Amino acid sequence: MAQTSSLAEENSSTPLSSQQSIILRIARYNPEHDSAKKFMEFNIPYEKWTTVLEAILEVKKHLDHSVAVRYSCRQATCGSCGMIINGKPRLACFTKISELNSNIITVEPMNNFPIIRDLAVKFERLFDTHHKVKPYIIRDDTEITTSTKEFLQSPEELEKYIQFSNCIKCGLCNSACPTMATDSSFVGPQALAQAYRYVADSRDKGKDDRLKIIDDSHGIWRCHFAGSCSQVCPKGVDPAMGIQLLRGYMLGFRS
Amino acid sequence: MKIHYGTALAAVALVAVHILMRLTQGFAESLEYDSVIANYKFIPYAGMLEIILILLSIHGFNGLRVILLELKQGKTYEKAVSYGCVAAMIALIVYGSRTIIMVNTGMT
Repeated sequence: MAQTSSLAEENSSTPLSSQQSIILRIARYNPEHDSAKKFMEFNIPYEKWTTVLEAILEVKKHLDHSVAVRYSCRQATCGSCGMIINGKPRLACFTKISELNSNIITVEPMNNFPIIRDLAVKFERLFDTHHKVKPYIIRDDTEITTSTKEFLQSPEELEKYIQFSNCIKCGLCNSACPTMATDSSFVGPQALAQAYRYVADSRDKGKDDRLKIIDDSHGIWRCHFAGSCSQVCPKGVDPAMGIQLLRGYMLGFRS
Repeated sequence: MKIHYGTALAAVALVAVHILMRLTQGFAESLEYDSVIANYKFIPYAGMLEIILILLSIHGFNGLRVILLELKQGKTYEKAVSYGCVAAMIALIVYGSRTIIMVNTGMT
């Protein structure tokens, strides 16, 4: 009931009014009907705190409700609203219009993902590769059966992987990756960074399993270290570094 | 892929030795017929050239294989590329080795 009333409140809100406005160009494409992507332009007023997602939702509410976009938390936590904004993969909810320094904002679906419609893309490949690297602690014993009740870890051990735990699976790194564009079987920077996250975890015993999985003809060696994955991550994760560190494990420089 | 790194490092070391050995002679002189034949007849040096040939063939064709695998995917295509590259690598090694064998068996 509470959800219904909040939705009703959201739908009845008045359009944004401001002195400033931008032209929002939204890529429209339905793979079932369209042969190519086309752009629709909307004039949207904005405040200095208005995000690109809010501008898109403004279009949906007042101008064209058929625009397809995926979003949820609006606070860069769920990783749902990744898209190409003015040529760069970003989270729409985490990108303010005012920081783009442009009167024209172009939003397109993420590269290297199949398009469902307009700005919504399929995440199956991302989740499949994520699952493939076993993104969980592997060991025979459990915290319950050990005498210490928990697996202790020093701050130094935590430091090795903690930034990689910030991944929200938004797919921006995979969208920016040039290898993902050419190699449809490449495991991708997101999954490789997660493989590193668990390999580097002192509590984990599944290192050999994971290294075997990524030591594949479309695995870790296909990374050309372009570094674009790290540039676009909204959570400050550095997948390119994770991949290089993971290579250290593969080559026996790390244990 | 470790073979790619290994062959590259080994080839760099051996090619450096090869270049240093060439520097002991004048460049033009080192390419004279008698000089080349003498090099091939000197078994340790000929062996090193053979190893360089094998290392560079493995490295080169594996690199080509990787590039081709990245351009296009598919089970049949990937198998064809892998086997094709191995076959081409063997053919090149056999052709290169032929010169050394011919010299040392008196076929020149």
